Amino acid sequence: MAKQTSVEIVTEWDIVAARQLGRNEAKALGFGTVDQARITTAISELARNIYLYARVGRIDIERLDEDGKQGILIVASDKGAGIEDVRKVLEDGYSTSGGLGAGLPGVKRLMDSMDIVSKSGEGTTITITKWLR
Amino acid sequence: MEELEREYHKILSDYIKDQNERNLYIGQNFVRQLIRRNVAPEDVVSLHKEAVEEIFPEEIEGLRTAYDFLIEMMVHYGMALREHQSLIQKQAELQIEMNIAANVQKTMLQTTIPTSEQVEIGMVSTPLKTVNGDYVHFIEDDRYVGVAVTDVVGKGVPAALCMSMVKYGLETMRDSGHTPSRVLSVLNRIVEQNVDDSMFISMFYGCYVPRANKFYYGSAGHEPAFLYRAQEDKFYDLEANGILLGIIPTAEYIDNEVVLHKDDMVIVVTDGVTEFRQGDDIDERGVVASLINDVKHLAPQQICEYLYRELEELHEFNLRDDFTVVVIKKR
Repeated sequence: MAKQTSVEIVTEWDIVAARQLGRNEAKALGFGTVDQARITTAISELARNIYLYARVGRIDIERLDEDGKQGILIVASDKGAGIEDVRKVLEDGYSTSGGLGAGLPGVKRLMDSMDIVSKSGEGTTITITKWLR
Repeated sequence: MEELEREYHKILSDYIKDQNERNLYIGQNFVRQLIRRNVAPEDVVSLHKEAVEEIFPEEIEGLRTAYDFLIEMMVHYGMALREHQSLIQKQAELQIEMNIAANVQKTMLQTTIPTSEQVEIGMVSTPLKTVNGDYVHFIEDDRYVGVAVTDVVGKGVPAALCMSMVKYGLETMRDSGHTPSRVLSVLNRIVEQNVDDSMFISMFYGCYVPRANKFYYGSAGHEPAFLYRAQEDKFYDLEANGILLGIIPTAEYIDNEVVLHKDDMVIVVTDGVTEFRQGDDIDERGVVASLINDVKHLAPQQICEYLYRELEELHEFNLRDDFTVVVIKKR
């Protein structure tokens, strides 16, 4: 069964809370130090994006257990301006422009998979997962 | 990863036992292997931490947190590093594409210098970057020899794409090739209709008609050509009024003409030849004319090559624009 926990992102310190939650979950699942650091950094980036560009949003963290494989799933969602061109934000170099979606290619590389659903003017939902090896 | 851990453990213990260059060199080779395998910086720190844990089990306690901290820091560092690597790779891919584009352009826009009993022609056209924003097209007909020298305002790939349109426009007007005003006004309409508003083309079109022994020419906002009169041993500007191609659909152009005598020359250039980097106090066209004057007795092709060499040197091998010169010499 999936166990879910979440953090609302409203102030900058909520980014820290999201990191903490991610760290606890990753540790409990048995991820090693390096992967814990990767997962936490990824959460930190997503939460920071929310805080900087959408103002408010939330981070939901779920433990995954599929066919005996365990992993962590993180959903970052907001009702901000949305990303106009999702393909573009996944290109390296985009982060240098600043703005919404900055740093996403880096986040993707830290994790096993990433999925972005975004509608201009309605918000963005980014889902990332990492499996325990 | 386990194999790397074992290997690193050995290299580090060897070094702790004996701090010599041999062990450091082995370490250096190990790093090469890490880079080749694309091992992230945080993993390298982790390798080190684990090796230290095994080698100094008693002393690791206080240090473990310090290493963990470094791992956290390195995750972010690694993110930036990987993005950088990926951008470098992307740049290399773009360069390859540019080279292909330049080759396609070369093949597509190839033009042969006409051979004629009345005039001898030479040309040099060298791009500043990979693709050329200047373009020369010759038309050889039994009634005339035509030459179009163009410069697309706005360089690089968009300019190159534009050129093929100019070429095919010119090719379809063989029958009007001896009337510059007609050539320019038709091309103007083609460019105006087909090209983005931000792109303009300047063109000098000239043709030598043996039967009249005259050189007819017209210009669409192009740098004036030079006329060298052998008998007077003097240079003149071949000015012609006309607006750049692609601005006003109904633009009209004027035909001008000069009679050519033996050893007279018409020298058509783009502004890459006459615009100097140095200040305003230099008579740029004067410098170009005097360089041509130095070698006026040579064949047109040699004159073009000399001019390019000299100007390249004058600009300290750092020309700032595409460079094109065509010399037409009356035999």
